[in-house]
Amino acid sequence: MKTADQTLDEILNLAAAHFRVPREKLSPDDDFFKTLGIDSLQTLDLLTKLEHHFRVELPDYELQGVSDFRTLAGRIQARL
Amino acid sequence: MSWTVSEGVIELALHRPPCNELGSVSLEDLERFVTALAVIEAEANALIIYSELKSGFCAGADLRELYQRSQAMDKAEAAKGVRDFLERIHRVLNLIDATPLTTIAAVHGVTFGGGFELALACDLIIADKMARFGFPELRLGLIPGFGGIPRLKRDLGNAVVRDLLLTGRSFNASKGQQIGLVSQVVGEGEALRAARATAAQLKKFDRATAAAAKKFIKPIPQEELRREIDLFCELFARPAVDAGLRKFVESTDPQPYLP
Repeated sequence: MKTADQTLDEILNLAAAHFRVPREKLSPDDDFFKTLGIDSLQTLDLLTKLEHHFRVELPDYELQGVSDFRTLAGRIQARL
Repeated sequence: MSWTVSEGVIELALHRPPCNELGSVSLEDLERFVTALAVIEAEANALIIYSELKSGFCAGADLRELYQRSQAMDKAEAAKGVRDFLERIHRVLNLIDATPLTTIAAVHGVTFGGGFELALACDLIIADKMARFGFPELRLGLIPGFGGIPRLKRDLGNAVVRDLLLTGRSFNASKGQQIGLVSQVVGEGEALRAARATAAQLKKFDRATAAAAKKFIKPIPQEELRREIDLFCELFARPAVDAGLRKFVESTDPQPYLP
């Protein structure tokens, strides 16, 4: 079982790689829409990437209003 | 929208930015395509529908156009316009559904609402692992209107249909394969290649036998499709829909696609 910190770290690594943003520019409490500069369609890409990586299902409504990596990690952690 | 015929395979390419939204222009294109299909299907075994846009297969109905047109008309005119649009797109999708060719939707990225319904009219769905499906219509106070529910019901169990419809949640290609909707899941950017490989296989079979098998196994749910149009029009007349469309069109929410 991953720890919450491991989950958070993996999300940051995955987001940096997928959206080609330097990893050091991403922080847990960043608004990922702003930091990654992504629109709604790219957000769905991120959701799919996260589901594949963590092998979980993430219903969209659980992520509504979530905009920072730390809260996102919490939602994923709850489904591991 | 454009199409080619080569070595027994028809390919219909969608390329209307931002994500192949289905509005009046796309509908006219689809109507031209099915008119041509009636002729060119005689020289083919398979039809592949795919998107050339990076954003995805198709994000569904053009909600901005729907909202703008409904604002420019009185209620009765808008209701008539919606019914007319639905009748026309149902005719198109029924023809694609019933063509004797084996049809393949090669999908990637967003495959939502009307885009999902276009894929459901095909015999096989081959999905890029990054494809995402969903019916978010309930957020607008509507149901899917391009034949989605009857076709989902034809292909899947009722409990799965209820989950997808009533929660409006989107799901990925692996889940789509798990529930029996997606035929093949392939790597990123590989859906069209896999669809072409499948179409090449289909060419080995006798055309008439394949057409007979399809007709036997894939009935068109005509009665339910008719009822869907009526129900959609009934719901469309409610004020909640106007509010839902306005909210979507005016939204600055970074996730307007989410229910």
